[in-house]
Amino acid sequence: MLGLSRSDLLMLLFVLFLVAAAPILLNPFPEASRFAQFNAGYPDLMQRFVIFAIFAVGFNILFGLTGYLSFGHAAFLGAGSYAGVWMLKLLTINVLPAIIVSTLVAGVFSLIIGYISLRRSGIYFSILTLAFAQMSFALAASVLTPITGGETGLQTALNDPRILDGASSGTGNIPAPALFGLEMRDSIQIDFGGWLWTFNVGYYLSAFILLVAFYLSIRIFRSPFGMMLKAIKSNNQRLSYTGINPRPYTLAAFVISGMYAGLAGGLMVAMDPLAGAERMQWTASGEVVLMVILGGVGSLVGPVLGAGLIKYAENIFSKINESLLTQWFAFMPEGLTDFMVTIVSPFVGKGWHLSLGLMFMLVVTFLPGGLIGGVTGLFGRIFGRRSKAQGE
Amino acid sequence: MELSAFLLQVLNGLDKGSAYALIALGLTLIFGTLGVVNFAHGALFMIGAFCAVALQRILSISTITLDETKTDFLGNPLKIKTPIVEEWFGEATGQLLIDWSVPLAILLAIPVMMLIGFIMERGLIKHFYKRPHSDQILVTFGLAIVLAELIKAYYGANQISVPAPDMFIGSFDFGMLIGMAKGKLIYPYWRIVYFLFALLIIGLVFAFLQFTTFGMVVRAGMADRETVGLLGINIDKRFTIMFGIAASVAGVAGVMYTPINSPSYTMGMDFLVISFVVVVVGGMGSLGGAVLAGFILGILESFASMRVVIEAIPGINQVVIYLAAIVILLARPRGLLGRKGVMES
Repeated sequence: MLGLSRSDLLMLLFVLFLVAAAPILLNPFPEASRFAQFNAGYPDLMQRFVIFAIFAVGFNILFGLTGYLSFGHAAFLGAGSYAGVWMLKLLTINVLPAIIVSTLVAGVFSLIIGYISLRRSGIYFSILTLAFAQMSFALAASVLTPITGGETGLQTALNDPRILDGASSGTGNIPAPALFGLEMRDSIQIDFGGWLWTFNVGYYLSAFILLVAFYLSIRIFRSPFGMMLKAIKSNNQRLSYTGINPRPYTLAAFVISGMYAGLAGGLMVAMDPLAGAERMQWTASGEVVLMVILGGVGSLVGPVLGAGLIKYAENIFSKINESLLTQWFAFMPEGLTDFMVTIVSPFVGKGWHLSLGLMFMLVVTFLPGGLIGGVTGLFGRIFGRRSKAQGE
Repeated sequence: MELSAFLLQVLNGLDKGSAYALIALGLTLIFGTLGVVNFAHGALFMIGAFCAVALQRILSISTITLDETKTDFLGNPLKIKTPIVEEWFGEATGQLLIDWSVPLAILLAIPVMMLIGFIMERGLIKHFYKRPHSDQILVTFGLAIVLAELIKAYYGANQISVPAPDMFIGSFDFGMLIGMAKGKLIYPYWRIVYFLFALLIIGLVFAFLQFTTFGMVVRAGMADRETVGLLGINIDKRFTIMFGIAASVAGVAGVMYTPINSPSYTMGMDFLVISFVVVVVGGMGSLGGAVLAGFILGILESFASMRVVIEAIPGINQVVIYLAAIVILLARPRGLLGRKGVMES
């Protein structure tokens, strides 16, 4: 069905189930319980889950298949965001043109950068992409302020032209991004015996786009084109000797992943029409590398899981503070409570980056295949078969 | 453009270039010996800077005595803080020690950084020799985050100012030397010290590699590790020591940089990105190239910050290093002084 093999179809259905039921799955604790802060089922965070999953899935097409490690993909995300906000400002508050245009703009941008950067490989390629991204970031924050809004960022305003929507009246509220009248921030809340489930319009739009993006990525992985990309990763030289020029293939992969990044950027501003330069900074590029690595490089579902885990950790870990810890460990004897709080508190709240760094090191050291690699390896050992990474 | 303005930019570029050169030198040492791409090197620079902060704090530990004869504005007895070092060594020597805490911190930083280097190499990096470069980049990147966060947890997120010794506060008038009007070409003393210090360290490292038996073995190991091993030389041990040395170079570079730029936990990452650009521009694995590229890019950056240049090309000061890197990498694929076959798999 859909041109997929049975196992791929199952995987797609699995992701479909995950994203469709996320508002319920991510809220496992009743609203009143003291674990309620571990609930991640609120629209803002769920939107980020799927948007970053799109970003990571796209990055995996480049890094996972060809092995080219780009440290500059945040530039495409940022370019997409800016293009998206400009569409919302100039054309219409409908998100559809914004999303399409931001994907195309990022595509063109990545074509230029990719064409130049791909003349080199290995660490030279990484540094070139990093240099381009840092340049974009520096320019967006300073000289390009008329286009990018500089340090404050670019956002929609009441007196934007919005040609298709008709002239703005200049009174009332700034219109919220919408899809043919359905506002992105609208949601339906269902109170189900203590559990509060929020079904958000923007989330489901992003989730639908994620599914499409994921489906495309499966098709790319399984296509002859994908085989060619894998060949580039495993032995570039041999591929050249067979008379094939690998450059057009890597460039195509670079542009595709750049367009995925632009799509993610466009969706971000569709959910919240604000784009800032910090989205282009190299730490943002590092983050997507991290998601892909954590989930499992070159696996299909890995990036989706990695993106979800990191965004979850970022939002939930950073909220835990000392008084909360004291509450949790209160059942222990007094001295032990203080001890546990002192031990744990540097790793949560403001210090959650410390946990992130440690997690990063542990995963790279012990699970080179990421979580997916680890899980399939474990299954392989249990069932006595040779471990075979998913998506290979 | 006036000559004095031109010379001033060259001078301004030197101190930043020195820092770039020192970090890039350490990075190249590690890459050349162990073949590891160390993204935590900026963090080592930062830890060095915090050695200076730590020493300053240690020297300023004071005992508080109450002086009953005087009162403060609330009418309470006046508290007098006496640093312990003043009690131990007498007032004059104590003051001098506190004043000179930054240069003294070098003595603290070298063993501390050596130790950190050994632990890092033996505990973590050793396991990554045979892994792909992308894995090395990622694990050291994680380590860099961890080190930065540890410093942040202890010293907070704000910049901490560490003054240079009183002797070096103020500026030197270079213009007077070459017959210019007064105040045309002035340059802070401490930056001169930093530049000379950088030259000294770079000279020491090169001399160590060039003129000692140990350095000869290391150079042989860089050229052909296996053969050196077959000769019955424990090359791993020597490479570990080189890692410690590279960490110390980054550390002392950080110590001496504190009066120029107050350290904060982000400084490692800030310098790391540029240092990598420096290393790649100089040519992966080439020590001379790293130093050369460090100074060139530092000076280039300060030229781009001139008002005339910014007015001509807006924003150039922010991007000049990256622009230079792109041009050089495309024109000379192996960097300025790079050799064939390094990192090209």
